Amino acid sequence: MGASILTNYEEIGAVLLFVIGLVNLLLQPNLVKKIIGLDIMDSAVYLFLAAKGYIAGRAAPIYTGGVTDASLYINPIPAGLVLTGIVVSVSVSALMMALTICLYRQYHTLNLDEIMMLLRRQEAEQLQHLAAEERPGDLP
Amino acid sequence: MEKHRPKTEYSRRERFTRWCVGEYDPSAERLETRAPADEAARLELQRLQEYAANADRGIHHELYELGLRRRVGLFTRFYRVAAVLFALFLAGVLLLTVSYLPRFGDVSAPENNEVARRYIEKGLEETGAVNIVAGMILDYRAFDTFGESCVLFVAACCVLFLLRVDGQEDPRSQALEDMSDRFFEPRHDAILQMSARLLVPVITVFGIYVVLNGHLSPGGGFSGGAIIGSGLILYLTAFGFARTGRFMTEKLVKILTVSALSFYCAAKSYSFYTGANHLSSFITPGTPGAILSAGLIVYLNICVGIVVACTIYSFYVMFRKGGF
Repeated sequence: MGASILTNYEEIGAVLLFVIGLVNLLLQPNLVKKIIGLDIMDSAVYLFLAAKGYIAGRAAPIYTGGVTDASLYINPIPAGLVLTGIVVSVSVSALMMALTICLYRQYHTLNLDEIMMLLRRQEAEQLQHLAAEERPGDLP
Repeated sequence: MEKHRPKTEYSRRERFTRWCVGEYDPSAERLETRAPADEAARLELQRLQEYAANADRGIHHELYELGLRRRVGLFTRFYRVAAVLFALFLAGVLLLTVSYLPRFGDVSAPENNEVARRYIEKGLEETGAVNIVAGMILDYRAFDTFGESCVLFVAACCVLFLLRVDGQEDPRSQALEDMSDRFFEPRHDAILQMSARLLVPVITVFGIYVVLNGHLSPGGGFSGGAIIGSGLILYLTAFGFARTGRFMTEKLVKILTVSALSFYCAAKSYSFYTGANHLSSFITPGTPGAILSAGLIVYLNICVGIVVACTIYSFYVMFRKGGF
């Protein structure tokens, strides 16, 4: 263990949030809760990036009084990366929600286990149907 | 002949006391919680709900019986334990990594390198933006932001493909959507309408302020666009599709989004073509701190704001009703 485990509270919080989101994603059978888990993981990544950009005792990256001294402002690059991440995660969440609605319209349930079971039952029915069609006795 | 009603019926105080006692309900005649929709749509909705309930029960039972089987039950238990163990293992590895990272807020961390220093020291001179992040994402890395706006646009298009309900091709499902929309969103809610009347102008003006001051203060196209979009959503929730449909039509959203994206692409391509590599360009940074400064950043912020507001609004409309 390195020494900075005692000082990096923000990064530790990000890791814990990430793991909470991952457990949600793996263990929740409900599709909407899975999407929420993924969003929690996204937030953990933003927290980590924002923590990495911070420099102790410096101001936000907006010029005050026209001073362009680099030793006065925090690192602006993680802020831009977080912006990109937020936009992409909003798009991905919307797309996944739309797909979930389509699945719900087809199967009338949000539980992934039930959807898998209904899918398997449908496949079995289709196979039976095909087998019945291909029986030689039924041919004209 | 008494032409006027007694004065007590007009006074707010009288109405308030009557409301407290329970004699008078101001929303009784106005609030529409259940729609007087056509009978066919209502029956269809009921049939669908019954079907869903029956299907649920059957599949629940089957799942329960499957869980009782020994191998399946063992596998489920193994999967849960393995998932938790994997998550704990991942947490351990990540915490170990965090413990070797530089201290929080350390100046000498490797990510505070010459790139960040260059952006801060030359940003004001080269882009003219007081907000360093705005100068970075809309000038140095403007094509990355263009890509982000396109991602939003493509996501809105995909949601449209997936959830769209076409009223002309499929009047039955359109009626069903209207029906369920009225079922879940009561109309003419007096409290919501009053607060929307007060809040929507303020929210919209604040959103425009955030967009226009993106190069001077915290904010910019993405946050301002989200604020404007949420104001539109509030207006829609309060006053219904008939009112918003007068100005936010599908055609308008399409035209606004596409023209904002093409203006962004054309302006930034032109500025890279003429202004990069120390070529001369008429796009100058201007006086830092003025509202019309920082070259193209204001206009690009407006474009991004339009795209984000339209996308947020169309997401909401698609999810709620499947069409404008």
